[in-house]
Amino acid sequence: MTGSICVLAEQWRGQISEVTYETLALGREVADQTGVPLTAILLGSNSRELARSLGIADSVVYVDHALLAEVVPQTCAEALVQVLTGARPRALLVPLTNISLGIGTLVGARMGAPTINFCKDIRTAEGKLEALCVLYGGKIEATVEATGQPAILGVWPGARPADKGRMERDVPVTDAVVVLEDTQSIRLCRYIEPEAGDVDLTKEEVLVAVGRGIQDRANVSLAEDLAKALGGTVCGSRPVIDQGWLPLSRQVGKSGLTVKPKLYVALGISGAPEHIEGMKDAALIVAVNSDPRAPIFNVAHYGIVGDALETLPALTAAIEARRAAGQHA
Amino acid sequence: MSTCSVTLETLPRHPEGKEILTCLQCGACSGTCPYGEVMEFPPRRIIAMMRAGMLEKVFTSDSLLACVACYACMAKCPRGIRLTEILLPLMKEQTLAHLPELPGELQRALQNTLRYGNPMGEPSRKRAAWVKTAGVPIRIFAEDRRPADALWFVECYTSYYPRGQDNSRATARLFYRLGIDFAILGNEEKCAGECGRLTWEPGLFETLMDYNMAVFQKYQFNRVVTSCPHAHNAFKNRYPALGFNWGLEHVTPFLAKHLDRLKPLLTRKLPYAVTYHDSCCLGRQNEFYEAPRQLLRAIPGVKLIEMVHNRVNAICCGGGGGGMWLDTYFKAKGYERLSERRVKEAVATGADVLAVSCPYEVSRFEDALKVLGYDKRMIVRDVTELLAEAMEE
Amino acid sequence: MHILVLMKMAPDVVEDLEIASDGKALDPDYLRMILSESDDHALEQALLLKERHGGKVTALAMDAPEVDDALFTAAAKGADRVMKIVDMDAGFTTRQAARFFSQVIADEPGLQPVDLILTGVQAIDDLDGLIAPLVADELRMPYLGIVTGVHMDASGKTAHAIKEFPAGIRGEFEIKLPAVLGIQAAEKPPRYVPVAKVRTAMKSVKIERAQTPTLADGGWPLVDVVEMRRNEPAGHAEILEGTPEAASGRLCGILAERGLF
Repeated sequence: MTGSICVLAEQWRGQISEVTYETLALGREVADQTGVPLTAILLGSNSRELARSLGIADSVVYVDHALLAEVVPQTCAEALVQVLTGARPRALLVPLTNISLGIGTLVGARMGAPTINFCKDIRTAEGKLEALCVLYGGKIEATVEATGQPAILGVWPGARPADKGRMERDVPVTDAVVVLEDTQSIRLCRYIEPEAGDVDLTKEEVLVAVGRGIQDRANVSLAEDLAKALGGTVCGSRPVIDQGWLPLSRQVGKSGLTVKPKLYVALGISGAPEHIEGMKDAALIVAVNSDPRAPIFNVAHYGIVGDALETLPALTAAIEARRAAGQHA
Repeated sequence: MSTCSVTLETLPRHPEGKEILTCLQCGACSGTCPYGEVMEFPPRRIIAMMRAGMLEKVFTSDSLLACVACYACMAKCPRGIRLTEILLPLMKEQTLAHLPELPGELQRALQNTLRYGNPMGEPSRKRAAWVKTAGVPIRIFAEDRRPADALWFVECYTSYYPRGQDNSRATARLFYRLGIDFAILGNEEKCAGECGRLTWEPGLFETLMDYNMAVFQKYQFNRVVTSCPHAHNAFKNRYPALGFNWGLEHVTPFLAKHLDRLKPLLTRKLPYAVTYHDSCCLGRQNEFYEAPRQLLRAIPGVKLIEMVHNRVNAICCGGGGGGMWLDTYFKAKGYERLSERRVKEAVATGADVLAVSCPYEVSRFEDALKVLGYDKRMIVRDVTELLAEAMEE
Repeated sequence: MHILVLMKMAPDVVEDLEIASDGKALDPDYLRMILSESDDHALEQALLLKERHGGKVTALAMDAPEVDDALFTAAAKGADRVMKIVDMDAGFTTRQAARFFSQVIADEPGLQPVDLILTGVQAIDDLDGLIAPLVADELRMPYLGIVTGVHMDASGKTAHAIKEFPAGIRGEFEIKLPAVLGIQAAEKPPRYVPVAKVRTAMKSVKIERAQTPTLADGGWPLVDVVEMRRNEPAGHAEILEGTPEAASGRLCGILAERGLF
């Protein structure tokens, strides 16, 4: 494994996450560019069969331990450190998600290895690995180099299309043995499922999303009017749910749902990476924001620079008019 | 005349406190208060509770949130008790201390004002961005320190909001054509401290006053002219305690003083029927009733129609006292928006244009017109916008 | 019960960010710092726990422009003690800050014993690490991140914390104290404190100072920023110009063409 590119496969509740495939796709590219193998590392308990879907890698290292049945960052980090010490890979890519947050940082600290967060891309330049990072809520891009090995790179969701990292095959699997102490200091008691919401956002074809820019709860009804005109459903970014303007079941983004509707209309949403994560794969993205530099315009296909509160009713009116005309045609 | 010196503890011993206790309990205040019927403790009841030693009940209710600082009660009180200036601010301060949670929008407006110098949370470095679009030269003190006759204190809505910027551009054009020697503070300017909003937050008010006085003292000018009646109020009633001793005008009366030179410039005919809304701060508070009407009558073609409630009886737009940031809160409680009430009156006059002279009113009345479906029948224009429109290039 | 809140200032992104002339960092002349948003939530969560269970809250921050404001505000909100780590040689990375925090917690008299250490889950400039897991490791405490609810158990020896997972699912964990939690959001939005109270705090509260510890191994950052640039929209979105009505009309046409309604 020396000099290889490693990717931590994120495994949660018996499934490999979509982000893992995205990260694998990126890892594959980097490995090919640097002419080294790509190794996927899978942690779990009785989860060996999941290795099959990591076929884009040249090999998989599987670590089985009862304490890895649930994702506890400190335990996962310990397992990874034991696997990587002595193996001296070039880099370890760790998805930056609610599931794996903290693992990369801990591995870096315990191994005295450099950690780079917020990576949206990785390049090689003159034999060095360069990470392209998105900082300050998406406003600044930085090119960052690691000054040691392995480089622990925290990768944002969406770095590559998941399909490019998906491959089922009988990939060679090595079983690694780790020694983990059961300190009993942290224990998962139970999962709390979200309340059965009135809608399943992931199944909706049209979503009208509202963010801080709609300014208050009363204006959500304007979005509902638009959603009705389009035959869709209202959802929101995290700040809107935090304020209680929409229930948790309507949250899109890092701590909410990932959606891939045919149409996603983002109103008054600036486009912080945590939100983009949840909707970047929508087929058509339209954004309305008063700030022409809002990061949402980087993922949107069409944009209107203006006050969401003015554009919303205008858009609803235009669509209703068109619908009415169509009915009489 | 500053309210800073009166506190809840000192009130009974203060002349104002004694004045409050001369209340007849006639109820004229509650009767004229625009939200009188929804307030749990309108001014009359507050004074009754004070006498009964039960003020605690007032502070722990959210009644004061419905006070839009419109001065109607104070204008009607037969005893002349300084309700809006002394009693209500003290009550608001105590309510803030007792409220478990401040309505989110108002909280943000206060936090933004403290941090960015404007309630909208817009970057302070963009405050003077509108200047490039003015079409006439505008001097900024920080860039050109020569003395000026007037310091034009532009204020927040008139700097950042598109419709407010329309007002500022119009004002700049008028000043230029009149040959007024003026300069602005540009990005150094911070909110003067809208009294109504900041009665909740005297600490914030003091912070802003300290800051603004320090900036004023860097430059040389004879008078402050401001586009915002709330700023005018702050400078007139509160800032003198910190040494504010410059001349003070709001743009509308200031322009009225120059009417003899302005009138010949108003050459374009505007065939509008116009109804004028007296803003609370300019009108009831300062009795500037005739100046805006003189200006409007000077515009060729304009026909002035009065609303049923005009001058001292005008109905507040609902933006004062923090009301600008409490619309959601009022809506949740089922209160009618005062701006909608007023707009219905305006439309009933049959006028084409609702003329205003306070930046809050433009957005509030335009909103109300849209909501009520009257936006094709009537437009809202600040008096300065109409004057500039009547002035051909 | 003693809760320690670790706070850092982060660039305020409301103002435009400018790049310094060397192209590798933000231009400090155009930078305003604000308390990292999730650190503000960590403070709020600490205050909520204090209201529920009693005890004391200490706020410990890294020195930075406007940090005094943040600490006085914390005191005005109810923090019992406020302290900052001062006299750093230069700017610091997150990883260095975590080590500074850990050493000060270990060495500074009176900061221990501590039952809970709360800090924000992540700051917008946490390039080379995260405070919570790093401090937990240094102090040999259990760590849980992305926490949105905390409950102290009656025994005082454990706490229950809610962590956010994807798809709206949450996990309830039992965690042995002392522990470090990375707070995503407090159970209530950070409270408002009147400016007058903060000004009073400025006159009556003393911000204690702890010296920046010297790190045994020098603690040099292991990452190198080669270049920083503003993220201009890459012209990705086609902007529809005009009045709201005009732009909406065009958009409507585009959506209709695609059979979207």
